Amino acid sequence: MKYVLLFWLCILSSVFAADMPVEFDNEQKQARYHALLEEIRCLVCQNQSLADSSAGLAQDLRNEIYDMVQQDQSEQAIMQFLVDRYGDFVLYRPRLQSNTWLLWTGPFIALIIAVVIVFVIIKRQSKALSQRLELSPEQKQKLEQLIDNNEKS
Amino acid sequence: MLRYSLPLLLFIGLVVLFLFGLQNDPRKVPSPLIDKPAPDFSLPSLHTPDTTISKSDLLGKVTLINVWASWCAACRIEHPLFVKTAKKESLSIYGLNYKDKRDDALQWLEQLGDPYIDSAFDQAGTTGIDYGVYGVPETFIIDKQGVIRYKHIGPVNQNQLDEIILPLVKELEKAS
Repeated sequence: MKYVLLFWLCILSSVFAADMPVEFDNEQKQARYHALLEEIRCLVCQNQSLADSSAGLAQDLRNEIYDMVQQDQSEQAIMQFLVDRYGDFVLYRPRLQSNTWLLWTGPFIALIIAVVIVFVIIKRQSKALSQRLELSPEQKQKLEQLIDNNEKS
Repeated sequence: MLRYSLPLLLFIGLVVLFLFGLQNDPRKVPSPLIDKPAPDFSLPSLHTPDTTISKSDLLGKVTLINVWASWCAACRIEHPLFVKTAKKESLSIYGLNYKDKRDDALQWLEQLGDPYIDSAFDQAGTTGIDYGVYGVPETFIIDKQGVIRYKHIGPVNQNQLDEIILPLVKELEKAS
């Protein structure tokens, strides 16, 4: 029941996602603000970004980010502010660090393993095929005999 | 042999992975604040708005900070447990009243009992942000030096209190 309610809350909140109109010193800051909101996960409705969510916490965090953008803080600093408090989970694009290297390199490792497996299978099959085509010494002898007989007659 | 057992092994591996995944609650996000100094704060007391509560009030003893609000339904579930425990054990519990109305919060404590030494009144929720609060109720354990040692997200039940929270508090109290 709790989760059903939560589900509807998240659905409805995106419908009413009331992003309060905010004013910036210049358009560049406005663009930075909106780009940042898309990059950060709302922890209350976890599959929504801060831009989409109208959870109370999302509004508070939007206000914090607004203040920091107005103060001309860097993207790096703003992201760090959020990561320090809520952990790496808030970032939609995980950073490359010791506990995420498998996440980043995993697909490439899987690809390399797949290529090696395909290569081995092809190699094995072509070897089996060539073995099947090759004649044994007896067969060769018989073949030569047949050819000889044919030529003589 | 390997030809036939390999898919089976892969399948078993996936089942184990999924079982592991099912037992994890994705709503419980590990806090980066564990084993870090508790963020500084300075907030008015809920009961006496003129006095401020700050981090220095917590130092020197092991303290629980319980984040609560009168609008939070799950807080009602865990609250009786804290009321009961605060009476029985010599537990130092501070409340962080998160994004609440003062009158509602005071009425809530009057109705349900007040287990807190005092509650800090965080109307704007900024201290909540510093502590990485995202789902009330939350409970922090802070050691004598003011370092966050544990964070519990969601209502605390009797089992979690007896098995995790109280033993950790006792252990931290023994440490110098």
